[in-house]
Amino acid sequence: MKTQRQQRTLVKQALPWAVPILLLIVWQWASSAGILPSRFLPAPRAVIRSFVELSASGELWSHVRVSALRALSGFVVGGGLGLLLGLLTGSFDWAETVLDTTIQMVRNIPPLALIPLVILWFGIDESAKLFLVALGVFFPLYINTFHGIRSVDRGLLEMGRIYGLSGWSLYREIILPGALPSILVGVRFSLGLMWVILIVAETISARSGIGYMTMNAREFMQTDVMVVGILLYAILGKLADLLAKGLERYWLRWNPAYQTAR
Amino acid sequence: MPITCSSREIPAEEQRCSRGVSVGIRSVSIAFAGRTVLENFNIEISAGEFVAIVGRSGCGKSTLLRSIVGLETPQTGIITLGNVAASKGKPDVRVMFQDSRLLPWRRILPNVMLGLEPALIPQARKVLAQVGLAERANDWPATLSGGQRQRVALARALVHDPNLLLLDEPLGSLDALTRIEMQQLIEDVWQSRGFTAMLVTHDVAEAVSLADRVILIEGGRVALDEVVNIPRPHTRGSARFAALEERILGRVMKHRSVF
Repeated sequence: MKTQRQQRTLVKQALPWAVPILLLIVWQWASSAGILPSRFLPAPRAVIRSFVELSASGELWSHVRVSALRALSGFVVGGGLGLLLGLLTGSFDWAETVLDTTIQMVRNIPPLALIPLVILWFGIDESAKLFLVALGVFFPLYINTFHGIRSVDRGLLEMGRIYGLSGWSLYREIILPGALPSILVGVRFSLGLMWVILIVAETISARSGIGYMTMNAREFMQTDVMVVGILLYAILGKLADLLAKGLERYWLRWNPAYQTAR
Repeated sequence: MPITCSSREIPAEEQRCSRGVSVGIRSVSIAFAGRTVLENFNIEISAGEFVAIVGRSGCGKSTLLRSIVGLETPQTGIITLGNVAASKGKPDVRVMFQDSRLLPWRRILPNVMLGLEPALIPQARKVLAQVGLAERANDWPATLSGGQRQRVALARALVHDPNLLLLDEPLGSLDALTRIEMQQLIEDVWQSRGFTAMLVTHDVAEAVSLADRVILIEGGRVALDEVVNIPRPHTRGSARFAALEERILGRVMKHRSVF
């Protein structure tokens, strides 16, 4: 009885991976059979080989390090600003009056539309990428923080005041924890956008990073390296999302919706 | 927090080793957007008394409680607690709402500790044990039943050792059996601590079973002020209980037939 249940959970855990593995097998078969020419898409085995080679030479890791650093610093700068301004406009009506209209106007400009201008301003060095990523992640965090603060349960605020909380203690006990679920939604949105913007920025103008590696490989028709680069983005994106999910599960563990969620 | 009689707000003649403060509501009028909720409203409640306020929905009974804790400001009139105005340096007033209003992101013990120094943890545990939830101290509020959450809310109010406890339909959303249990608990703690209690309810039987005095509010005024002359505990089966409940209920219903 027990082993049957264990088997069932094992099947349940393995099932999501069935489709990717099947695709991989078909892909390898199509390449080996010559249906898929390698200048169009390399065989999985070739991708793995070039991954091993690139990582053995250390080239891969230096590109990953550069890209991750760009993504992270952009996220910290833009996300931090978004969080701070969101807290400000969410908490004080005067700040909303002064700032919100401007921010909402700027929000409607796609950050990537600024690329020509950004290249003009910063050239193609690090600050251009930092600026674009920071700009992109700013808005999801700003909007969700603002919304989170505004939607804190009025009843709890009232109760807190009656129980002697005010100022910072009210903020720490009720307003911030109440806004946290919404802020974390903003973090997840931001992390997704972070990679998208970085990929574009690195593809257009860079001398290092995963995007550069991929574009460089195109010049020499190294399709296997290109696929390695694309897969790296997928893995890094997934890692960032897992991190955000982990934060959610830890910080929102009081919420039944996050206790059983997998 | 030891129970003392030397609270500075309590006048000398009221220091009968009781935590309670008297409540005075004099000529209070409250209106929202031109609609009068309370009009020239007067009641006096003596220290340690248990008063129930009944009335139909929207009669202003919750507004009355909210104005005592300063959540609403009367346009005219004055509210006093002990011998000071409610707006200044007020004695400890705590409120229990219809929903428990526990912080979902704090475990049970920290919820009870809200606004207290960490040094009072033993006190908080004691009160939690008094409401029968000592073993749930480290659980999340989401895992408790509605009745248990209200008991935590009661513990949270009691740990401050209030002079005045305001109960805003605290049992309204509980099932019948849990309600009776909670009524018992509230009566017990009121008797042992001697705070002044004001219970807003739409349940006349609940009002009669708990209170020394039942006040009916209608159209923003006191329509009935009945002293419950039954020795405690007010058992529901007794003839005097039934007669009093009938009389108050009849008065509440009569008003409706006018419309």
